[in-house]
Amino acid sequence: MEHEITLVVNGTARRVTVPARRLLSDCLRHDLGLTGTHVGCEHGVCGCCTVLLDGEPVRSCLTFAVTVDGRDITTVEGLAPAGGLSAVQRAFAECHALQCGFCTPGFLCTVTALLRDNPAPTDEEVLEGLSGNLCRCTGYQNIAKAVHRAAELLAEES
Amino acid sequence: MKPPPFEYHAPRDLDDALRTLARVGTDGKVLAGGQSLIPMLNMRLMAPAHLVDINRVASLDGVEAGAAGVRVGALARHSQVERGRSHPLLTRALRLVAHPVIRNRGTVVGSLAHADPAAELPAVLAVLDGSVRLARWESGRIATREVGAREFLVGPMESAVRPGELAVSAFFPALGPRTGAAFEELARRHGDYALAGVCAVVRLDEDGQVAAARVACTGVGPVPVVVDVTEASRDGWDAAARRVQEEIEPEDDIHASAAYRRHLVGVLAGRALGGAAREAAGGA
Ligand SMILES: Cc1cc2nc3c(=O)[nH]c(=O)nc-3n(C[C@H](O)[C@H](O)[C@H](O)COP(=O)(O)OP(=O)(O)OC[C@H]3O[C@@H](n4cnc5c(N)ncnc54)[C@H](O)[C@@H]3O)c2cc1C
Ligand code: FES
Ligand code: FES
Repeated sequence: MEHEITLVVNGTARRVTVPARRLLSDCLRHDLGLTGTHVGCEHGVCGCCTVLLDGEPVRSCLTFAVTVDGRDITTVEGLAPAGGLSAVQRAFAECHALQCGFCTPGFLCTVTALLRDNPAPTDEEVLEGLSGNLCRCTGYQNIAKAVHRAAELLAEES
Repeated sequence: MKPPPFEYHAPRDLDDALRTLARVGTDGKVLAGGQSLIPMLNMRLMAPAHLVDINRVASLDGVEAGAAGVRVGALARHSQVERGRSHPLLTRALRLVAHPVIRNRGTVVGSLAHADPAAELPAVLAVLDGSVRLARWESGRIATREVGAREFLVGPMESAVRPGELAVSAFFPALGPRTGAAFEELARRHGDYALAGVCAVVRLDEDGQVAAARVACTGVGPVPVVVDVTEASRDGWDAAARRVQEEIEPEDDIHASAAYRRHLVGVLAGRALGGAAREAAGGA
């Protein structure tokens, strides 16, 4: 059976008709054409499908679209105004925190929420915050640096 | 890796949820945080005909802390309970469960119902002798039963929840005076299920002697292995740790050998019991 649902994605209400088994990750990518959200493992381990649900980072591959009917979703496409980059995105670019970029959307969503809740995290808090996201390229050092750099940029902006 | 098709139900209140569960019976599964169920569906390890999504039953998300302990509703997420800090042992155990992002969705009660022998929260329920409240729809009204940890945790991935039943809350008894607790585990990668873990609770008497000492071990038996080491601890924590090693039933798997797990539990039990005793002495 198909279900008609409304998701508020990056500030815009989107109506879609999906079967109950549609994962939020697939709904975003296939039904809404937002392919910034990546899919790696589909069992919660890699973190590259992480999006913000009412501001909280969650695994979109472990969420059914029908469960979040009516809720607010922010994907990597919505982290900055069109054409611009958010402070977290600028810090990732500046610190060379990505190589192939496959993991990056998940890291950006996770870090955006992390710094909102904790604007000046310690090294340990950064590692704990990043621990659920895997990266096959960078070796993580530059990602951790980028989180601290993003904290500086956000502090300068405010 | 996509989930098999199922019929979806999204009840808005508890009555509706229980009536739906009663109707779908053995063909139905409860969907809470989905952090264990959806991976299993994606991997096609199960194919329930009906999913009853309780995420809209707002009355289930409460966490009530009182002098006797804390009652956690079925929709209370790991992260919410962790932030609430209403029970020191539960808070500590929650920090060992998966990653922060998984904890934003996963529920405490869902973890108990899932009954993974490697999971932390069933061990906490077992060491504290807590309980789970189960509800069902019967003769036009809600009927409930309260099931103690020992009867609730039946076997690997098997709890006492019957078809048609919903676990509505879990109760974690407070630690009480002169009592300390600790949770020690070893995981290959941070956030993974641990190879083995030991959760310990130690109560001291007025003279600072051990009045009661208990552990629950994860990953080394079909359910959390609870061992009372009050007697054994009279000869020191090393003796108590050896007692724990005798009680467990570790198995070989791709992650570790049974012998390594037995060794590990000895080390972790010593650390956890010592840590719990220090906390009990400090908090006296
Ligand atoms: C990458 C990853 C790592 C993880 N690591 C750990 C870890 O280290 N330690 C750990 O303990 N857990 C770990 N988990 C599992 C996580 O804690 C789950 O959130 C938890 O086990 C299940 O809770 P849930 O609310 O997500 O339940 P769901 O996935 O929704 O349900 C799980 C099962 O319980 C049943 N169920 C759920 N709620 C109820 C209810 N109220 N009444 C009756 N039945 C119910 C469901 O029908 C299903 O069979 C991990 C998960 C992932 C994806
Ligand atoms: S695709 Fe969701 S965690 Fe890997
Ligand atoms: S940049 Fe390639 S996986 Fe992270």
